[in-house]
Amino acid sequence: MAAFWILGITLIGSAIWCITNTKPVYSVVALLLNFAALAAMYLTLNAEFLAVIQMIVYSGAILILFLFVIALLSSGVTPFSVGPNKLPRIGIPAVVVLLIALGFLTYAVNRVTANAFANTSPTSPVGPVGTAGVFGSVADFGKALFTTYLLPFEITALVLMVAVIGVILLAGDQAPYVASQKQAEEVRREMREAILRGGE
Amino acid sequence: MMSPMAVPIADYVGLSAVIFFIGVAGVIVRRNPLIMLMSIELMFNAANLLFIAFSRAWLHNAGHIFAFLVITVAAAEAAIGLAIVVTVFRTSRHVDVDDIALMKG
Repeated sequence: MAAFWILGITLIGSAIWCITNTKPVYSVVALLLNFAALAAMYLTLNAEFLAVIQMIVYSGAILILFLFVIALLSSGVTPFSVGPNKLPRIGIPAVVVLLIALGFLTYAVNRVTANAFANTSPTSPVGPVGTAGVFGSVADFGKALFTTYLLPFEITALVLMVAVIGVILLAGDQAPYVASQKQAEEVRREMREAILRGGE
Repeated sequence: MMSPMAVPIADYVGLSAVIFFIGVAGVIVRRNPLIMLMSIELMFNAANLLFIAFSRAWLHNAGHIFAFLVITVAAAEAAIGLAIVVTVFRTSRHVDVDDIALMKG
């Protein structure tokens, strides 16, 4: 119970910190805190395998990707418009979205009753986190993934392949969207010089 | 066999909704594409939290599988989104989504 509130406050605070920072690097740090708190919350929900996956894939892979792009883009040149916050201009849509959000929230919390799940039978034995073969363990997850949910798993492979091909097409050496070869060379040279200067 | 959850499921729904709409606010308010992509990750995570909380409530591991698939899609989305950011930066030299109107008819 206490863990839920501590982790929940951490999640909300780091999410707000993430979207209000002017520097993207600090946002990445806030997001790292958010992902770590979420992984801990998965542990309290008996999802130990997904907690590990959350740390490896999100904190380990996706955030490093963000960091690489930030380091690549912000070295030497100043591509990010710091500028005024655009909040006042979109004040009315923001208020509308907030009201809709509060409506959804009230509706959802009122719909869910505490004893709605009393008579369900578990798909696998329930035990403390870390015990072999219990609900949420690697064995339980893997068995479900490779038997009942094999087709979604295979479709995942297709999604990843599309992503890889798309990234190569977009950002590869022969990217078709670069305006001209000369301009691309110029940009590359500037980036190289910026990296040699050590960024700033 | 049902072991009760320490926290009522409604609390998880509320927490997930709050995180999701912080993500929505990030996409609406910020004009930096990197922060917008991070906000999208926040929204993915809010959805994942609900999948796993309800999976725990029903003691059914379908929610775990779907959270796994969502993580995969989020990884693919981040890779492609960042590739688009890099490509736009290569051609137009500044990264502000309001200034990008290449696809505007």
